Order: sequence, then C-alpha cells, then structure tokens
Amino acid sequence: MPEIPGSSSPRGDGSSAAEERGGVSRSTSGRIEISRDEVAHLADLARIDLSDAELEHLAPQLSVILESVASIKEAAADEIPPTSHALPLTNVFRDDVVTPGLTAEQALAMAPASEEQRFSVPRILGEEA
Amino acid sequence: MSTDTLLSFEESLEKFDPAMGLEVHVELNTNTKMFCGCPAVFGGEPNSQVCPTCLGLPGAMPVVNAKAVESAMRIGLALNCEIAEWCRFARKNYFYPDMPKNFQTSQYDEPIAFEGYLDVELEGGEIVRVDIERAHMEEDTGKSLHVGGATGRIHGADHSLVDYNRAGIPLIEIVTKPIMGSREKAPEIAKAYVAQLRELIVALGVSDARMDQGSIRADVNLSLAPVGTGSLGTRTETKNVNSLRSVERAVRYEMQRHAAILDGGGSILQETRHWHEDTGVTTSGRPKSDADDYRYFPEPDLVPVAPSREWVEELKQTLPELPREKRARMQREWGFSDLEMRDTVGAGALGLVEETIAAGAAPQSARKWWLSEMARRANDSGQEIAELGVTPADVAAVQALVDAGSLNDKLARQVFDGLIAGEGTPAEIVAARGLEIVSDDGALGAAVDKAIEANPDVADKIRDGKVAAAGALIGAVMKEMRGQADAGRVRELIIEKLT
Repeated sequence: MPEIPGSSSPRGDGSSAAEERGGVSRSTSGRIEISRDEVAHLADLARIDLSDAELEHLAPQLSVILESVASIKEAAADEIPPTSHALPLTNVFRDDVVTPGLTAEQALAMAPASEEQRFSVPRILGEEA
Repeated sequence: MSTDTLLSFEESLEKFDPAMGLEVHVELNTNTKMFCGCPAVFGGEPNSQVCPTCLGLPGAMPVVNAKAVESAMRIGLALNCEIAEWCRFARKNYFYPDMPKNFQTSQYDEPIAFEGYLDVELEGGEIVRVDIERAHMEEDTGKSLHVGGATGRIHGADHSLVDYNRAGIPLIEIVTKPIMGSREKAPEIAKAYVAQLRELIVALGVSDARMDQGSIRADVNLSLAPVGTGSLGTRTETKNVNSLRSVERAVRYEMQRHAAILDGGGSILQETRHWHEDTGVTTSGRPKSDADDYRYFPEPDLVPVAPSREWVEELKQTLPELPREKRARMQREWGFSDLEMRDTVGAGALGLVEETIAAGAAPQSARKWWLSEMARRANDSGQEIAELGVTPADVAAVQALVDAGSLNDKLARQVFDGLIAGEGTPAEIVAARGLEIVSDDGALGAAVDKAIEANPDVADKIRDGKVAAAGALIGAVMKEMRGQADAGRVRELIIEKLT
C-alpha cells in the first residue's frame, strides 16, 4: 500500500490496526480469537512484561472476553450508533480564566526525583524527542 | 554530520516526482490550557504552571476551554473548512515522559474542522491551492531537557528533566492533503504555505505565531515516485522544522536524499527524521509504522463538542479581513502595480508601508523610502528593515518636510542618517544638523552671482537663450550651499539675472 504523505488521518472505516495485522480474527464459526502474538504485542505496548506461559494462558481468556463483549452486537440494531458516553450532554466548557494550580514545590514533592525544578526521568532509549 | 548521499536537485526532478504533506502545529494564545485553568503563557519558571489535571494525577478531570474551541473553529473557517456538527476528543496512548498521563488528548477520526483549502501566492505571483484535510484540537506536551549528552540530545544522555508548563497548552494541528505535481516548486510551495498560514494565524490573533519560540511548528512529509507515474512512494516525516527558510531547505534536502537512495536501487525507510538547522541536514529519528499503535479511543472524561450552526455562522461573520484579501484591498487603494506590491511584501515592508501611509505619507513616497532607502541600509548593515531604528512615523514626518519644501530627497537621507544614529526626531535632526532648505533670496542671490562669475561661458549661453544650460549653474549653487538650496528658486533667480 503506498504511503500518503501528510495524511496522518486515521482510517475512517472503523478497522483497527489489530485487524489489519491479522491478530484478531473471526473464525468461520463466528468465534472471535486473539492470537498469542497479538497479546504479546499489546503487552509490549502497555509495558507489561509477560512470560511465554502467561501469554499462552491469557490469549484464550482474552478471546473469551472479546467474545462476551461482542455479544452486544446481537442486542444493538444497526441503526443504533456506538455509544462512547453515558451522559446525554455536549459542549461542557470552561471559561478561559486562570485558576490556581500547584506550586512547583508542590508538584515536585510527588516526584521520585527532581533536578533544576524539573521532573527527573530515566533516559529514553530508541527515540529522540 | 550526515553522511547522506544526495542527488542534485535537478537530477532528482528528472527522475522523480515529489509529493508533500505538511503538518503545522499552532499553539493557541488562550489565557489557560486546553483542559485546565493553568496559565498558558510562555517562559514561566519550570513546573510553575501546572495542576493535577495537566500533571495527570489520579482523579483529576479535564474540562474543555471554550475559547480554544472557538479559536479552532475560527482557524478552520479561515481555511475554508467545514466545521463538524459533532465531534469527540480521543486518547492517543503512548509512553513518553513528555505526557505524564501516558496519553495525549487529541482528536482522531472526528476533527473539529475538515476539507478546506488555502490559496498560496508564490513569489512570481502564481496562486497554488493547497487542500487542507483537517484541523484538529489537541494539547501540547511537556519539554524535556536531556542531561549528560554533549548536545542536549538523547544520545549519550544519562537522564532527562521534564518541565510540564507546556503540557496541556491548546494546539491546533493543521494537516494538508498530499500536494502533488509541484515538481521544482515543491520547496517554495512548502515555505509559502507555512508563511501564509502563519500570516493568517496572525490576522486571526489566535496565536503568538512565533516559529522561533515553537508556537508554530511544521512537520514536512515527503515522498518521491518515478517521474510521470502519479503514484506515491514511501514517505519520511521531518519533524519540528522551525523557520520558514528551513521548511524550504528540508523539503529540498529530503527530495535529494530520497532520490539518491531510490536511484541507487534502494528503498526509503518510513521514519521520522530530524532537521538540523545548523548543518542543514536531516538525520534518522525513529522508525514509524503506519499503524503506529496509539490505540486511540474516545476520551471518556470529555463529552462531545457539537458547535451550533448559529455559533459557527457568528464566527464566520466576525472573521477579520484575511491577509490575501487585505493585500488586494491595499494594492487597490494605494495604486501599486503587481510588481511594486510583490516587492513590498517580499522586502517584509508591507506593515511598515501601511503604517507610514496611515501616518500621512503618500503611498508611493512611503514605498520609495522603505524599499529603496531603508532596504538598502538594512542590506548594508545586515539587519532586518524593521530593526534600523526608523519608525513609520519618522518616515511620514520626513516626507511631510519634503512635501512642504523644507527638505529635498538628498537632505532627507541625511535626516535618516541622524535617525539611525539616534539623534532624535526628524525635526530635531533638521535643526541640529542645519539641514533646512534655503529659499531666502538674499543668501541664494549671492551664491547665484558667485556661480555666474565662476562660469562665464555658461552664463553667456543662457544669455543667448539656451536656458537648458542653467543646470550647470544650479549644480554650482547647490554645491556652494551644501545641497541645501531650493533648486526651483535658484533656477528662477539665474534666469531673472541673465535674461
């Protein structure tokens, strides 16, 4: 697939990266399966260190969970749009007025380490800011 | 230094067609951040403008800044975009210490503004339409300082120090559609687009629009395809190109770098590149997969934004005059030719000329002083024209003295010398340097007599009716009076005396 420069826009067709990668698939029986590799990938993205045994253990369980969640499709008719918010509200705004926040001292008091009035974090590998 | 092999720009065009996409981030100048009431001003003490929300502390809840939504819609409308009737924020999940929440609140497939365009004028006067795909709302990230490395970059750094003052400042990301078919003009179009987008942002008054301070940041996406195929190749994304000149240079550089790789039978690695202002090269950043697993999902803590059509209409009606319209109106009112107008804009003197005219000078006089006299002096001293120390009010005052017959152009230049040297106001400089034109017949008459005496042959010619010869005598008088004689009166006196 050619890359479209400038187009950082997401897919509009509702497909997910996982589907594209073939991680999540619907078997002929209609069962939703999530592969071991896909679980490993998600764990990596979420910075969770899983052993091989844990991956083997979790993948089938996640498939069951996905399947349970997918059963909602049976209840929701096509004309019912996916719901992201339980509240029937829009446009909850705040005036552009400064409100008191924390002092630097208060903010940094919660940091494991700080230096030069900044949060000190381990060096970042594999990427340049 | 980079060891990239480059094909010449010309050869890269012989073999390949460039396609470009530009992403511009605009930091809004709201009083407060996007989702909390912390001040959004630049330059505070580190971590002095933070609260539980922008630090991502547990339990903190974001609330959308109404002014930021309004600014986003005004930018969208100025770019001829549709404004969404209903849209949501989304979480863009990633782990990086510049966002303490471990996600950035952004918009995904429902941007507030979409499907617009900006007509961009190139230096030769050609108009190129750049299609806008979307403009969406998001928040800026914190600022990292890398400690231990020699250059402040990550490589070699022991650890990083983060300041979250910038985290949460409202950002609008404006994304173009692929710009195709621009060929050798691609670098110029990229620069002109960012420059004119910036002018538009300035006219809207929604951002400080300072590229040097990062309140406008451009990312350049570029790919090449074999010439004439109309296909799209693999792109690279060059980040944070922070001056207009660099936008142009970065496009040119990536075109030449891609061309050398492709021409040598290689393939382009889809990745982020970093532009280096000092050396004028890009270096490899991180590999970028198209999926870029950000696992976006609708932000559960923020309800959708659904601007009423009345609100949109009201904003549309109250948009200021936009730069291109304004330029067209000024050109009409001032009676400038296309070339004069382009030169004025190109010299960065449009605002100065406008203010000088507003201060009472005739348009052509204002143009003449800024574009010849001031531009030359700025060029000689390597300064920006606005940094010379001469204000539009000064230029208007000098021109008023010329109009009143108190100064001629030559004397006016000496007044500008005085202004640049900080000798005071034009009137003070005229008085202190004794620059006023002399039109008093007594003083002029003596000088004329002297000139006639010194040039008897010229005087004879005039006596014989060759009035044109008077020029030589006028020159002699001017020299005698150090350029301060009223040339018209001198001429009259010569003719009175000799005929």
